[in-house]
Amino acid sequence: MTERAPRLPSALPVLSVLAAIVVLWYAASVWMNATWVYDQAARAGNTVTLAEVIPQTMAQSRPLLPPPHQVAAELWKGVTAQAVTSKRSLVYHGYVTLRGTLMGFALGIVLGVGLAMAIVRFRVMEMSVMPWAIISQTIPIVALAPMILTVSNQIGIDNREVPKAIIAAYLSFFPVLVSMVKGLRSPDQMQLDLLSTYGASETDTFLKLRLPASMPYFFASLKVAIAAALVGTIIGELPTGAIEGLGARMLIGSQFGEPLIMWAALFAAAILAGGLILIVGLVERLARASMGVPA
Amino acid sequence: MKDTLTPAAPVIVARDLNLTFQTGDGPVHALKDVNLTINKGDFVSFIGPSGCGKTTFLRCIAALEHPTGGALSVNGMTPDEARRRRAYGYVFQAAGLYPWRTIAGNIKLPLEIMGFSKAEQQERVDRVLELVELAGFGGKYPWQLSGGMQQRASIARALAFDADILLMDEPFGALDEIVRDRLNEEVLKLWARTGKTIGFVTHSIPEAVYLSTKIVVMSPRPGRITDVIDSPLPRERPLDIRDSREFIEIAHRVREGLRAGHQDD
Repeated sequence: MTERAPRLPSALPVLSVLAAIVVLWYAASVWMNATWVYDQAARAGNTVTLAEVIPQTMAQSRPLLPPPHQVAAELWKGVTAQAVTSKRSLVYHGYVTLRGTLMGFALGIVLGVGLAMAIVRFRVMEMSVMPWAIISQTIPIVALAPMILTVSNQIGIDNREVPKAIIAAYLSFFPVLVSMVKGLRSPDQMQLDLLSTYGASETDTFLKLRLPASMPYFFASLKVAIAAALVGTIIGELPTGAIEGLGARMLIGSQFGEPLIMWAALFAAAILAGGLILIVGLVERLARASMGVPA
Repeated sequence: MKDTLTPAAPVIVARDLNLTFQTGDGPVHALKDVNLTINKGDFVSFIGPSGCGKTTFLRCIAALEHPTGGALSVNGMTPDEARRRRAYGYVFQAAGLYPWRTIAGNIKLPLEIMGFSKAEQQERVDRVLELVELAGFGGKYPWQLSGGMQQRASIARALAFDADILLMDEPFGALDEIVRDRLNEEVLKLWARTGKTIGFVTHSIPEAVYLSTKIVVMSPRPGRITDVIDSPLPRERPLDIRDSREFIEIAHRVREGLRAGHQDD
């Protein structure tokens, strides 16, 4: 039974970094938004002092860089100011994005685990599939996403759910695949010999040794995969025509010169990502505890 | 499966056994013309320097390696058939317990694969844990046990399905001297209580002499048997038998055998 070092209060370092970011962010807002204030003053023939400039950089309706409190207010408005089913609600758009992410994530896990099983079982699969899996990740997804959308439209899939999930899965299967190949191969020769002395079948070897041995690798890959699925979904929401999802909100914000909308959507996506990673981490801890890993 | 063999019946018979590995540097003779008969109830140690083929021979008996020449029979069958009949339990140098299973879960592993009922699994787990003096540790995970206890658990795992033959490949090689002495004593007790035939690979001369009824001295390049010593020591062996004259004489003969094997180089 090992002694563990007492853990640092984990909130403190996180909060100090956050505080530093907020300070820098305010400074950058003042600096970037001041240009507009000086322009306005020059046009009116006035001169403004720095003390007059600063408040004006904090409350513009179309700032170059909105200060944190404006983003927070916009985010709050997006979440609470209307019914969650409204097209202006960030909860609604967040839900659309979440649904796409989870579908893509599930598809990515199935694909990644399935391919890994085939690769570990059949040597020829490793030589034929693995290079393509690697090449697939070198193609910029931004270039591929519109094609996937167009093709799925052509073959009669009208809603954007399926192509979005495919794009999300395209990004999220890869970390799962690589980790699972490594995980399923992690048992050493001695452990395989041991099973062979019991006359174990390949199914036994897979279920009782390879699969449980791969679990730590699997869960490590899930954190990367869920984040990748979210990025994939948002990219799937970007091409013109999309009206739902956080990706669409970001695009609308940037195209219509509404930086506040864009920033609020961006933060909503970040919060969503944080929540998802937290949940995956929790599931991992529960799984580890049930597999007897020292807490 | 009750065997009708008399106590002196041969269990493992090797005739002109050869095993050649093909490597990049040409063929390696892991075993050359090995002849050996192991009788029921024997405790046989294989001793020799690295590369002498002692582990390879044990692996041949367990059908983990396949000889390229000669004949090898286990209980009158080929090693492969013997494995299917669960003729032997194998203990490796590392305990190799699954970290995600409890000690009881680890011992159940072979029983699950071999299709024992749940009730019988539990009954057998209790029995073998008792046998290796780990009763009450079934619910613990491997990391909660010391190295010596883990190795005892792995012996329990090999005993769980009632194989007649126990093959042990340097099972205590990674443990310190004090733990090793204790486990040696326990293995002897286990052997006396179960009457199993034991094949034991070791680097240690005192360990080989202390445990065995038959000591097989081997030497490398090519791997072969240079001496087979039938120990005159009684089956009942307290630890201090190692100070007796007979013990020292056997140890001397083993050392001579090992030295002779080296002079060929």
